[in-house]
Amino acid sequence: MSAALSPQESIARLRAAAARLGRHANFMEVCGTHTVSVFRSGLHSLMPDNVTLLSGPGCPVCVTSQGDIDQLVELALRKDVTLCTYGDMIRVTGATGSLEGARGQGADVRVLYSALDAVKIAIAEPRRQVVFAAVGFETTTPATAAAILEADRLFLGNFTALTSHKVIMPAMRALLEGGSSTGKLINVDGFLCPGHVAVILGAAAFRPVVENYGKACVIAGFEPEQIAAAMALLVEMVADGKPVLANAYPQAVSEEGNTVAWGLVQKVFEPCPSYWRGLGVLPDSGLGLRAPYTRYDARIRFELGTPGNREPAGCRCGDVITGRATPAECRLFGNVCTPIRAIGPCMVSSEGTCQAWFKYQRVSKEGKP
Amino acid sequence: MSGGERKTDLCAMAPAAYGTRIALAHGGGGQLTDELLESSILPHLGNDLLNEMLDSAILPQTPGRLAFTIDGYVVQPLKFPGGDIGRLAVSGTVNDLAVCGARPLGLALSLILAEGLEKKILEEVMASIAATAAEAGVHVVTGDTKVVGRGQADGMYITTAGIGMISGQGPHPRRVKTGDVIILSGSIADHGLAVMLAREMPQMHSALRSDVAPLNKMIETLMKRIATVAFMRDPTRGGLAGAAADLARRTGLHVVLEEEKILVRPETQHAAQMLGLDPLEVANEGKVLIVVPEADAAGALAALGDDPRGVDARVIGRVEARTDGVCELHTRLGGRRILQKPYGEQLPRIC
Repeated sequence: MSAALSPQESIARLRAAAARLGRHANFMEVCGTHTVSVFRSGLHSLMPDNVTLLSGPGCPVCVTSQGDIDQLVELALRKDVTLCTYGDMIRVTGATGSLEGARGQGADVRVLYSALDAVKIAIAEPRRQVVFAAVGFETTTPATAAAILEADRLFLGNFTALTSHKVIMPAMRALLEGGSSTGKLINVDGFLCPGHVAVILGAAAFRPVVENYGKACVIAGFEPEQIAAAMALLVEMVADGKPVLANAYPQAVSEEGNTVAWGLVQKVFEPCPSYWRGLGVLPDSGLGLRAPYTRYDARIRFELGTPGNREPAGCRCGDVITGRATPAECRLFGNVCTPIRAIGPCMVSSEGTCQAWFKYQRVSKEGKP
Repeated sequence: MSGGERKTDLCAMAPAAYGTRIALAHGGGGQLTDELLESSILPHLGNDLLNEMLDSAILPQTPGRLAFTIDGYVVQPLKFPGGDIGRLAVSGTVNDLAVCGARPLGLALSLILAEGLEKKILEEVMASIAATAAEAGVHVVTGDTKVVGRGQADGMYITTAGIGMISGQGPHPRRVKTGDVIILSGSIADHGLAVMLAREMPQMHSALRSDVAPLNKMIETLMKRIATVAFMRDPTRGGLAGAAADLARRTGLHVVLEEEKILVRPETQHAAQMLGLDPLEVANEGKVLIVVPEADAAGALAALGDDPRGVDARVIGRVEARTDGVCELHTRLGGRRILQKPYGEQLPRIC
């Protein structure tokens, strides 16, 4: 593939390959940044009729369980706690409200861009218990690991993390094999693989998806032209019957990944079971703190126990992020559930599939303006 | 009075005891308030009407219809690349008058200062207000100063009301017709991102500067030369997306914008990517969206181009016949999507 391919050339190739398919093909991206880029750029409206690009479980807010949100709200409402979070989390509602709501009630909730800033706050305000809401995939986990190592170096007694970190590969496997929850699985022909995750894990991490399941995999950057080129490549692979792993983001992604960053993660975290909306509890799909670092685990420090998994009534976010339903197939979408009064996390998050549908293409429910 | 005498004069010591920072007593309406006005505010803003210090400014009779507007300014940080709260407080209000086709006649300024604010900062902001008002050719003709306790306000809040005169018809959404073109006077998102970057990532070095500026002179030139200007809007909060979606909603017509015609500076694009924001939704403070009949587009661009703030003006879209009230973006990729007013607080990405 030529890096200099214009978006128009990519779309022409995508259409030509789609015409050769002779059937409908489903592809899935598993990264919130891809979701937003596909809709914001209008690429979604350019997909041939027989090609569907689904948004999988790639938005960190959308896969975080309601129970985790409830625990964050509970902690934020404690008088001695300063709760630090990335911005996307503050509007998500659990059973007991949202962090935004807690802030309105006087809770000390601060929005950060970096996990290390939470450590700085803990140093500057030693009488506050600083809790960092550690969410996200492989991309945000190294920063949490670095923050915990820094807190440990300083032996900070007032810093903890409430960890909800997840890893993407077990979720991709569950989508292909079926998770612990029941329900029909979608037939995916290939994955648009997340460039940011691949920067950390390396391209090789996605090879089992091709070797074990025969699915096409293309690692893509986030610019619309990069995604268009990657989609053309995916459809061509399927049309040719030759699914392979292609790295279409070589300027950032190496075969082995960022071993230093991932080394930090492995030093601090170990795999643990984790609950995924729509997929249930998947073994080894979460990251918990290793024994030497459990003193920085907010669930232990504040004796919170295991979070629950209750979902809002009628919400189909679980089906949406596993490709089993489009947002329009949820009866709450667009009437009861809108970005201003969101029921489910996929409508709350700026990277959520439901918000992307509502915001960028509400003109028709079928998804084409 | 010499310095030596001052030390022994107990009455004269009182103001000096408050030193270089604003105290609660500065807002009490007593002698200390007068002292603050005379030392820090009037030297910058003084003019014949303001210096009279009446309870209202008495303006001369005007021949046209009056436009009246008010805006509160709470920006943090108070100073940011390309401007400060003072420049913003004049430009925002002047521009709200100008886009309604009004020539500003006078501004009213309400200052809410937090106890502990450095007088030096107050004076810098007053100097900036004076310079921006001079640039716009308008005076602050009346005002008020209050002080609230430490921690009850964040440094300084300014509310600016403005009064202006409209001669002739003036632009209005109901003058917008199918086939009209949409002009934008320059690049987008520079203000919002310059402020966000200054606040969230102060350690970042960027060439990005706010576009905050009074546009009334440029708009007066345009209105003088092009009588058919149907509608104008300064795309502030909500950005270009908010202003264009609002145009579609108010007119009930279909508005199409062409993404490749919309200028986003590279440093602005870079900052938007870092902060996870869409430049189309980010505030501008020195740009205007203009709707004119297609036949007058070239004339309007020429008029705007005669002002340094309008040299990057270009046609970015058009008004179409469909009566769905929807604004659609034709993307650089050749795709389509709708543009809506942003929902609320802009949230950064986390992945």
